[in-house]
Amino acid sequence: MADLSCTVGGVESINPFWLASAPPTDKYINVKRAFDAGWGGAVWKTLGTDPPVVNVTSRYGVHRDLGRGIVGINNIELISDRPLDDNLREIEQLRREYPDRVIIGSLMAPIDEQAWKTLAAKIADTGVQGLELNLGCPHGMCERGMGSAVGQVPEMVEQTTRWVKEVAGSLPVFTKLTPNITDIVVPAEAARRGGADGVALINTLNSIISVDLDAMAPRPMVDGKGTHGGYCGTAVKPIALNMVSAIARDPETAPLAISAIGGITTWQDAAEFIALGAQGVQVCTAAMLYGFRIVDDMIDGLSHFMERHQYRAIADFRGRAVKNTVDWNDLNMNYDLKAFIHQDLCIECGRCYIACEDAAHQAIMIGKKPGGGRIFTVDNGECVGCNLCLHVCPVESCIEMKPVANGLPPLTWPDDPRNPLRKGI
Amino acid sequence: MSIRPHLGETLTRQEIADNFADLHPPFSPTQAMAEAARCLYCYDAPCVKACPTAIDIPGFIHRIRSGNLDGSAKTILSANIMGGTCGRACPTEVLCEQACVLNGRDDQPVKIGQLQRHAVEHLIESGAGHPFRRAPPTGRRLAVIGAGPAGLSFAHRAAMLGHGVTVFEAKPKPGGLNEYGLAAYKMAEDFAQKEVAFLLGIGGIVIEYGKALGPALTLDALRQRFDGVFIGAGLGGVNRLGVPGEELARDALDFIAELRQAKDKSAVKIGHDVIVIGGGNTAIDAAVQARRLGARNVTLVYRRGAEAMSATGWEQDLARTNGVVVKLWSAPVKFEPGRASFAKTRLNGKFETTDETYSLPADMILLAIGQKLDAAPLAGLKLDGNKLWVNANYQTSLPGIFAGGDCIKAGEDLTVQAVEDGKRAAHAADAWLKGR
Repeated sequence: MADLSCTVGGVESINPFWLASAPPTDKYINVKRAFDAGWGGAVWKTLGTDPPVVNVTSRYGVHRDLGRGIVGINNIELISDRPLDDNLREIEQLRREYPDRVIIGSLMAPIDEQAWKTLAAKIADTGVQGLELNLGCPHGMCERGMGSAVGQVPEMVEQTTRWVKEVAGSLPVFTKLTPNITDIVVPAEAARRGGADGVALINTLNSIISVDLDAMAPRPMVDGKGTHGGYCGTAVKPIALNMVSAIARDPETAPLAISAIGGITTWQDAAEFIALGAQGVQVCTAAMLYGFRIVDDMIDGLSHFMERHQYRAIADFRGRAVKNTVDWNDLNMNYDLKAFIHQDLCIECGRCYIACEDAAHQAIMIGKKPGGGRIFTVDNGECVGCNLCLHVCPVESCIEMKPVANGLPPLTWPDDPRNPLRKGI
Repeated sequence: MSIRPHLGETLTRQEIADNFADLHPPFSPTQAMAEAARCLYCYDAPCVKACPTAIDIPGFIHRIRSGNLDGSAKTILSANIMGGTCGRACPTEVLCEQACVLNGRDDQPVKIGQLQRHAVEHLIESGAGHPFRRAPPTGRRLAVIGAGPAGLSFAHRAAMLGHGVTVFEAKPKPGGLNEYGLAAYKMAEDFAQKEVAFLLGIGGIVIEYGKALGPALTLDALRQRFDGVFIGAGLGGVNRLGVPGEELARDALDFIAELRQAKDKSAVKIGHDVIVIGGGNTAIDAAVQARRLGARNVTLVYRRGAEAMSATGWEQDLARTNGVVVKLWSAPVKFEPGRASFAKTRLNGKFETTDETYSLPADMILLAIGQKLDAAPLAGLKLDGNKLWVNANYQTSLPGIFAGGDCIKAGEDLTVQAVEDGKRAAHAADAWLKGR
């Protein structure tokens, strides 16, 4: 078993797996069950000033793939709808009962210095190991001038972060960022100016998950009407990976600790975020879909991965993929791949053929096998090495992308003679 | 559903009823979705080539996946108007499912037959109405002999093309072997009749029952009354073994027909020691149903080895799992009351019967040794071996008379092939009529 202990923005954790601020961290019993299941920490469901908000029914909609699998959830639930004191007492109790686990207090308040400071101080008094500013919710709360309404204005991100930091004392402060902006680095820079120890991202994406074509209303429906909600789950992981990498790559924001969020379902997802610079990860949708037990495989899988690669600690591979994440202009124009079909594995479904024929470069040919059946081969003259055939092939390892040994040195587009704007012209 | 033959003399009425329920219960919507998701949506798919009616299988399965069940059913039915029966009764294990590329991945093939049934029955049961429309009336009238799969497929397509169709059926009900010849557990819930009613929804088709070709209804008379004729009469004659005591045996199809028509299956008489002679799917259908009726011992006797049986491997397994004893390399030599005697056979350069004999107790002997064309009412038409000769356009030796299904040579005696014959023959007849 590899050592999975880590430090996230100065907070020590037995493993990098925390539950994100969301319904699964709404109250004592949920978080207790999560800790019993092995989660390293939990970011408590966002707390606001009393009186608590009131939620509607229903609250969730899902986006499915054609195999009925759920690839994303959208929710229109607001922040904690229970009295602040109830939440604070439960946090205190859990901190006593589970001293080796992390609880981060998530908070949201109107743009009012006193409101933020009072709330932050109350939560800090419970013994939480850190605070997280919810500047991300893209539904409901933003209509009241909170959540993403704050997170979309860099000056407010900086201001609220500073207010909380001023009362947090030695407690690490994370600013949770909304992805519903153009450039994630801008609010991350603002959070850093405000004194944040780290950023947590991404919050949910603004979305309409689907439309009920009988009721002619968006889902989830509340008495025949629907509203836009926050989208999460595996479908948003690529967006989150990109945003995490952008913060890790930018010299201004690189010093920030990153608590990564966005569709993390397996240990591999977690490892990918860590490879792009995250110190820890937060999970919500996967736990909502499968229960807290999924952390077993996250712990186990990450441990085996680290042993296989002889990483003794998470820090040994953290950020390793950052240097290989570059701008398009830094890619090697002379690198040339060709698809190769392993005939012994081919089951003759024709998926590669039709994908290439209709949507790519007409580089796959169908021939007849002597004994009946079809044989698919690649015309290297037409193949541009795009990978499409590889991705649609239903057989693992049947199609291989082989580099062409052209003997050419690496060449980037700025230096490429084919570039009309290349350097030196 | 399990066979419990040791409950005294026979099974209870309820047990027998249970034994004749659906062999494969229909998919639930969730099961259908999950199974449809396994389809790889192959391009120019091998399963389509393996289907005699060339149903766009990846297309109809994709429509199930997308929640377009009406479109899925219409995709199936546009190629095969009896897609419902075929989904239930086709030997998919030697047709579409054998060609499924998932077999090449050491995986189970997609359950194409069950998915097809799911889509078609959805449409039929939805009450949405007939999915096809007739072309403007041509004023032409076509006669069809036989309301079996070939005849009804021809009638439907001909009606779609705008012709008026009259079907002459010898039996009191339509459906042919779908109604009288397939095992009851393959066609549960009176599906053959539901399917015919659905098919007739196209309009323009009249069926006259109790009318077979013969002195009262001659081909000549039909040619005079109608603009064209399609013969889908099937095989009305029964092959004979030519052994002493053959009159003690019963035609297996006759037994199956009785069983199919019996509302209460427990009322069908069954022996304690049943012998079924034959190696095709009808033999299996008879043997398995005999067991499910409560026969204590059912022995299927075939004169060659298992690989030579025309029953598919899946059907042979079904017989074994239902407790049917299969005896190979044995030919009947004599039937007596209570006993059947057999001689061992072998391949010794050629197929031969040996002197080694044995006998089995037998209080019921069923012959499933194939049928033959009843050629007498078809006098004047050229034959090809024992069946009707047709050209590539399903036209017999007489202009304007077309034929398809089991009565012509090309078929494999499968519903799906009969449906294809009828469909193609209708287009051929349409072209022929246009040329006149």
